[in-house]
Amino acid sequence: MVDLSVNLGDIRLDNPVIPASGTCGFGLELAEWYDINMLGAISLKGTTRDPRFGNALPRIAECPSGLINSVGLENPGIDKLLSEKIPALRAIYHKPIIANISGFSVEDFAFCAEKAESCPDIDILEVNISCPNVHGGGMALGTDPEVAAAVTRAVKQVSSKPVFVKLTPNVTDIVTIARACEAAGADGLTVINTLLGMRIDIRTRKPVVAAGTGGFSGPAIFPIAVRAVYQVAHACRIPVMGCGGISTAEEVIEMLMAGAAAVQVGSASLVNPLACKEIIEQLPVVMERLGLKDLKQLKLN
Amino acid sequence: MATERTFILTAIEPVAAATWRLQLSGDTSGLRCAGQFVMVSVPEFYLRRPVSVCDCEPGLLTLIVKVMGEGTAALCALRPGREISLLCGLGNGFDLSACPKGKEAMIIGGGVGVAPLLLLCKQLREADRHVTAVLGFNTKEDIFLEKELEAAGADVIVATADGSAGCQGFVTDAIRMCVLKSDYFYACGPRPMLKALCTQLRQDGEVSTEERMGCGAGICYGCTCQTTSGPKRTCKEGPVFKKEELVW
Ligand SMILES: Cc1cc2nc3c(=O)[nH]c(=O)nc-3n(C[C@H](O)[C@H](O)[C@H](O)COP(=O)(O)OP(=O)(O)OC[C@H]3O[C@@H](n4cnc5c(N)ncnc54)[C@H](O)[C@@H]3O)c2cc1C
Ligand SMILES: Cc1cc2nc3c(=O)[nH]c(=O)nc-3n(C[C@H](O)[C@H](O)[C@H](O)COP(=O)(O)O)c2cc1C
Ligand code: FES
Repeated sequence: MVDLSVNLGDIRLDNPVIPASGTCGFGLELAEWYDINMLGAISLKGTTRDPRFGNALPRIAECPSGLINSVGLENPGIDKLLSEKIPALRAIYHKPIIANISGFSVEDFAFCAEKAESCPDIDILEVNISCPNVHGGGMALGTDPEVAAAVTRAVKQVSSKPVFVKLTPNVTDIVTIARACEAAGADGLTVINTLLGMRIDIRTRKPVVAAGTGGFSGPAIFPIAVRAVYQVAHACRIPVMGCGGISTAEEVIEMLMAGAAAVQVGSASLVNPLACKEIIEQLPVVMERLGLKDLKQLKLN
Repeated sequence: MATERTFILTAIEPVAAATWRLQLSGDTSGLRCAGQFVMVSVPEFYLRRPVSVCDCEPGLLTLIVKVMGEGTAALCALRPGREISLLCGLGNGFDLSACPKGKEAMIIGGGVGVAPLLLLCKQLREADRHVTAVLGFNTKEDIFLEKELEAAGADVIVATADGSAGCQGFVTDAIRMCVLKSDYFYACGPRPMLKALCTQLRQDGEVSTEERMGCGAGICYGCTCQTTSGPKRTCKEGPVFKKEELVW
């Protein structure tokens, strides 16, 4: 028997696989496809202070080995998250819940974090300072180490929950931002969010997504994510959730070897809603093949 | 219940210009009603493609696909024997009970939007509704499903934009010219056609809409449209919406 459990800071996960924010709705959307209690944890759709409709359609553009999305943080707002979405999820799901919050200013993040504090069902706060799909905020907050640190500090001040800051790869040096967040008190980091991308329809000479640009994700970004996780995990002491392009059990193990404590699987669930389930079922098989007994502290030789 | 299933392509044949009928065998238990769609995995492409259920009986699924871009071209180039992964039973589908028993239903399709009308027609006939089908195409070479709908018991009227077959004009012209009456309408086709129907026809009705999709399964919120009753996912709460729900 192999041991799939991992430790994410002080939280023990039964396995390292976590559906990434924005690719599993508020949990129930995925629960229609399989019993989500088999997951390590779940990261809910990004939530803001006020409800948002999101960007105009189309919001999706296909790419080789990936997609661009410009959903633009469509969500019902933090109040509805706490009063409706999380209770509905808790009724059928007993594993850790990661609430993903987003905003346009330091105050927005503090506001959401303070509200989330009252909800015992939230086990981890994931602070998304890396959304490329909203103007004046989102990713802009995650590209400057001082602003990233300010957001982290503001959230930590009002929250007693473990705070993971989610970083954007759209920076010259991700390690600078990671270190700034660690110094500001972050309990962990999620690495990475989507890359800023664009597609043009050559027949209409217009961008494919109405917003013009969007976040690029999927298998195409896996090597970038592995590199970013490797750099950050070796520069910081806090745990890292590795994210970007994962769609197989082998890639989960590769991401753990790069230094991640757990992993998030995003786009794979859009192409195959059963992706996380199949990856978890495949993990022991791949571990046996590699002669791995457990997934903790997988290191590079 | 939506499910992922592997089907086998048993036959593929042209039915109109650049339009193919795909016959697939596999577990159809996840398919509930007309107007639902499947997400088809296409070799070499990352995202699946949404395709309406054209016809379905236990173990056998029929799709009609028009080549619009690279993905549909690759799909229509597949040869029999090929395995294809489908997400089945997606979307809400048409509401058969919205047209009361013994009443007249008009089913209207434009271009490849005619595809879901066959199963709809069969289910309406089974439920004892009289069915008139109005099919709009650009030109004669585009026409498909005319015979099949007749065989399924519908009175079929064809309109072509260039007048090369049937009435000349759009489906709205055909409905006016032939003074077609009905108690309720069901429609699928390009957005301008749906808008014309919803704003011009006085009777109640519902239409199947199209949006670019990420997952097709209600997970990514890539397809949310604004409706009179708030934001709704085209792939989940749709693709069929009541006439009064849509914002044009
Ligand atoms: C609910 C629904 C049912 C449909 N039923 C049918 C059907 O029965 N038969 C049929 O031939 N076509 C149907 N379509 C349209 C079909 O999905 C598109 O023509 C197809 O996705 C185009 O793919 P492509 O790779 O050839 O085109 P490309 O333009 O190269 O595609 C690029 C991307 O855009 C998406 N896309 C492009 N056009 C559309 C469109 N009109 N609607 C949604 N996504 C689009 C593609 O899926 C792909 O992700 C349906 C669409 C929807 C939403
Ligand atoms: C449709 C879609 C919506 C997303 N929404 C969010 C979000 O609300 N908050 C967030 O932090 N990340 C969001 N992401 C980013 C993912 O969580 C993930 O970081 C990214 O997609 C890279 O992983 P992947 O390649 O496995 O998809 C979204 C991604 C996609 C594809
Ligand atoms: S396409 Fe993903 S929610 Fe509709």
